[in-house]
Amino acid sequence: MATYSTSEFKRGMKIMIDGNPCNIVENEFVKPGKGQAFSRVKIRNLINGRVVEKTFKSNESVEAADVVESEMQYLYTDGEQWHFMDPATYEQIAADKNAVGEEYKWLRDQDNCTITLWNGAAISVTPPNHVTLRVTETEPGVRGDTAQGATKPCFLETGAEILVPLFVNIDDMIKVDTRTGSYISRVRD
Amino acid sequence: MSGDTVQNDWRPSATLETLRQRAELLHRIREFFSSRGVLEVETPILSMAATSDPSLESFSLLSPNRYLHTSPELAMKRLLAAGSGPIYQLCKVFRRDESGRHHNPEFTLLEWYRPGWSYRELMAEVEALIHALSSTPLPPIQRLSYREALLTHAGVDPFSCTTESLLQRLERGGINLHQPRSYTLRQLLDLVMAELVETQLTHAPPLFIYDYPAEQAALAKIKPDAPHLAERFELFIQGVELANGFSELVDGAEQEQRFRTELQQREEAGLSRPPIDRRFLAALHHGMEACAGVALGVDRLLMLLLGKERIAEVISFDFERA
Repeated sequence: MATYSTSEFKRGMKIMIDGNPCNIVENEFVKPGKGQAFSRVKIRNLINGRVVEKTFKSNESVEAADVVESEMQYLYTDGEQWHFMDPATYEQIAADKNAVGEEYKWLRDQDNCTITLWNGAAISVTPPNHVTLRVTETEPGVRGDTAQGATKPCFLETGAEILVPLFVNIDDMIKVDTRTGSYISRVRD
Repeated sequence: MSGDTVQNDWRPSATLETLRQRAELLHRIREFFSSRGVLEVETPILSMAATSDPSLESFSLLSPNRYLHTSPELAMKRLLAAGSGPIYQLCKVFRRDESGRHHNPEFTLLEWYRPGWSYRELMAEVEALIHALSSTPLPPIQRLSYREALLTHAGVDPFSCTTESLLQRLERGGINLHQPRSYTLRQLLDLVMAELVETQLTHAPPLFIYDYPAEQAALAKIKPDAPHLAERFELFIQGVELANGFSELVDGAEQEQRFRTELQQREEAGLSRPPIDRRFLAALHHGMEACAGVALGVDRLLMLLLGKERIAEVISFDFERA
């Protein structure tokens, strides 16, 4: 089993903590004058996304996590699982609800997503930062009303509910920032 | 600066303006000591012996078998034993695996010795130096004993605590240890100092902490009237440890015993057993006047004087681009 010593710690390194794969977010070397050195490390649990701080004694070692990130194309969902394909090898992989979480709202056929795999299984799915989706439900658009800040709720083809400007209509294609869930612009196809 | 691309990492990690201020600082340090009749010396950077301190790792050369010094302390004490009188040195020292916001594996140390002085007199001279080097007036440096510092800032009495009580205190302080059961009392006290005390000092006035536990004496003399204490001090400015000084241990037999204890600790911790400096021990056996000595991190001092966040910002090329 591969292990890392604290002196090898750096941002982005994937390690196993309490049985969970984690990502080092921040690593600070701490040492009092004439004593033991420590690493104060911020780690993100890759399964539930929680960030915690942990203190390691220098030269403690931890198991490396077999975590890789892979660009894959979203194919479809059967309701239980979401299916992705590696565009180079055509290999398919399925991600369950735990891995997809709330991101299902931004998945559109054929979009390229980043899949995080731990021991070969999908543990998280990151959609593209910007996706273009069709409006399926909203109040009728108010022509010419571009008053700043005025918004209304709308539903998108994936089931996502977001706030859009008043002029947006059903069947409009709109661009959304998936990191914040906010409207960016209307797209003419 | 770590954000620099590979194409850009030929550039210095410090600005040229900072490097001019660095040169000015070195110049003023030399003026300070020259005006006080302290002799500048140089000692070998490559040594046949290495530190036995379990918390330090030396870089080593295979052929010939030499170690880069982690501090010029032992060689400077050999000069003192030879009758040099007061001496100082500005030199690069090397410590493996020490990289971070306040650490670079290769850094500049100012170390000086005062024959006939005690650690208290030396603390006053450290204060005079800091005041002389600071362009803005600094408040007087406060003084707290190690015990007072831990009681005040962490609510811990270092002389009556147990590993259990320290683990509980650290947990209450939100310190989450990877392997809590593997810590010794000494290591937990170090952690209390780093995580609960130093972090409190960030916005406090400059502070000397003195009279460390005898177990943390390093090369300091034990206090004659209080054998559980060592005549050792450290200087903290904005929570950054800047200097470490002692009334020096000059007893050859006790020094040899401490080396043996440290080598034993290194062995138990699975660390290498480097050769100890027998010429230094011979110098102590020959006889050395009582003295006080201190080492001060010049890069960190410059960081504080210029308000820089990272040690890399005051070094021409940090370890990542060396």
